Amino acid sequence: MFGFLGPNGAGKTTTMRMIQCISPVTAGSLEIFGMDVSDHQREIKSLMGVVPQENNLDMDFTVYENLMVYSRYFDIPKEEAEERVEELLDFVQLTDKKDTMTESLSGGMKRRLILARSLVNRPRLLILDEPTVGLDPQARHLIWDRLRLLQKNGVTVVLTSHYLDEVEKLCDRLVVMDNGDILVEGSPSDVIEKYVGSGIVEAENDPQLLECLNEREASYEVIGDLVHIYTDDPKQITDYLTMECSITKFSARPATLEDVFLRLTGRRLRE
Amino acid sequence: MRFASYFEIPRISSNAYKVWQRNKDVFMKDIKLNFLPPFLEPILYLIALGFGLGRFVESIDGVPYAQFIAPALISISVMYASFFECSYGSYVRMYYQKTFDAIIATPLTIEEVIAGEMLWGATRSMINATVMIPVIALFGLIDLRYSLLIIPFAFLGGLLFAAIGMCFTAVTPNIMSINYPVLLFITPMFLFSGTFFPLSALPQIIQYFAVAFLPLTHVVNVIRSLGYGILELSLLFDVVWIIIVCAILFVLSINMMKKRLVV
Repeated sequence: MFGFLGPNGAGKTTTMRMIQCISPVTAGSLEIFGMDVSDHQREIKSLMGVVPQENNLDMDFTVYENLMVYSRYFDIPKEEAEERVEELLDFVQLTDKKDTMTESLSGGMKRRLILARSLVNRPRLLILDEPTVGLDPQARHLIWDRLRLLQKNGVTVVLTSHYLDEVEKLCDRLVVMDNGDILVEGSPSDVIEKYVGSGIVEAENDPQLLECLNEREASYEVIGDLVHIYTDDPKQITDYLTMECSITKFSARPATLEDVFLRLTGRRLRE
Repeated sequence: MRFASYFEIPRISSNAYKVWQRNKDVFMKDIKLNFLPPFLEPILYLIALGFGLGRFVESIDGVPYAQFIAPALISISVMYASFFECSYGSYVRMYYQKTFDAIIATPLTIEEVIAGEMLWGATRSMINATVMIPVIALFGLIDLRYSLLIIPFAFLGGLLFAAIGMCFTAVTPNIMSINYPVLLFITPMFLFSGTFFPLSALPQIIQYFAVAFLPLTHVVNVIRSLGYGILELSLLFDVVWIIIVCAILFVLSINMMKKRLVV
C-alpha cells in the first residue's frame, strides 16, 4: 500500500488523475504495469479500480444496478458479473441494500458501494482518493479492514488521505508532496524517525525553557503557546528539563506522521 | 492548428454502445411516463390547432390544415427529444451526477461517452416518431405508403439535433444558460421552419435564411413529403444537407466536450 500525502493543492489528485489516464501528462513520463499512460489507456484502465474523492455513483440506478451497469463497461459477461456483484455486496456488507436507490444511502454506505464498484473488474491496482472522508469510525474501520484483505490478495493499493493516522496504519510506503514536488519518501516509521525523531516532548512556551533548550542545542519548534521538542530519547530530555531547568509541565508522546507532515509543509492554512 | 483540433476525427469503438445501453436502461425504468408525451402531445396539438384553428384556415397547397401540421408535429418532436436529451439531460449527467467521470475511469474514453449520449438522443427522437406515426394515422392524417421511412430518418434528424445540443452543453457555463439556445434557436425553429405555415408566406430573404441555417426546415420538408406519400428526388438535397451538417457537428461536439472535460 502506497500513500500520497500533502496539503490541499499539493498535486495529489492531479497525480491520481494522471495515473488513471484522465489528465494528460504534460512533462516527463508515467508508466503503469510497464505501459505508457499516453497510449495504453484502455489496457491500463481495465486493470485498475478507482475510488474517486467525490461520490459519483449512478443516481438513476439501485445499488445492484450500479454494479451491474459498471461491470458492463468492463465487458464482464452477464452471468459472471451477477456472481461477482453478489460477492462484492457481501464483501462491503450491502447485500440487504441491494434494491435501494443510491440517493437514499448514508455517506458510509455510498463509500462502501464505491469501493465495491472499484472492484468489479478484479483490479491489480486500486486507486483511492480520500476513501474515508466524512465517515464514522465504524465505516472507516470496515473500509480499512477490506483494504488490508485486498492487499493480502496481492492488489496494489495507492491512496491519498488527509487522515494521517489512516496512512500511518495502512501504508507500507508513502510520499509527502507539496506544490507538485515530492518532499520525502519512505515507510511511515522511517519518515517519522528521519524528520522528527521517534518522540516528542510538548511543553508550555516560556523564555526559560527556550534558553534551556538552546543551551542543549535541542531540536525544537515553537507553536503558539506550545513548544515541541523533537528527540529520539524523550526520557533524556524530560530528565534534563526537570533536573536542570526545574520545568515540570510537559508531556512526552511518540511522534506521528502528523508531526512530520506539519513540519515539512508548514502550519499556514492552504486554500 | 488550434482550430483544426476541433475537427479531429474521434476514435470511437463499439464501447459507445454501452453508454447508449446505460441511458436506455434508465429510460426503460420509467417507460410508461416516457411514452406519454409522444402519445399525448400530437393528440392535443391536432385537436387544438388542426381541428380547432384548422376550421378557420383554408387548405394549404390543397391539403387540410390538420394534415399539413401533422408531419411538422413529428419533426418538432424529433428536434425536442434529442436536443433536450443532449443539452439539459447530458449536462445533468455530466455536472450534477458525475456520470461521465465514473464511466471514464473504466476502459471507455470520453469520446465514446459523448458519442453514446448523442446516439441515445437520436434514439429518443426515433422512439418519439415511432409512437407518433400510429397516433396520427389513427386520425387519418398520414399516408402510410412511405411512413415507415420516417422512422430511420427520425434517427438521422435526431442525431443532428443531439449534436447541436451537445455543442451548447460543451460551452454553457451553467444549466440556466441552456435557456439561451432554446430561446434564440430552438423556439424560432419551432415557429419558422415551415411548421405551422408554409415557408413561402415569409419574405424571400427569411426563406433563404431558414433553408441555410434552420435545420428543422429540412427535417420538416422530408417528413412532410413522406407523410403525404411522396418520395421525390428533391428530398435528397435536404437529406444530404442534414448528413453533412450532422457529421460536422458530431465531430465538433465531441472535440468541444473533450476540451471541456479533459483537464
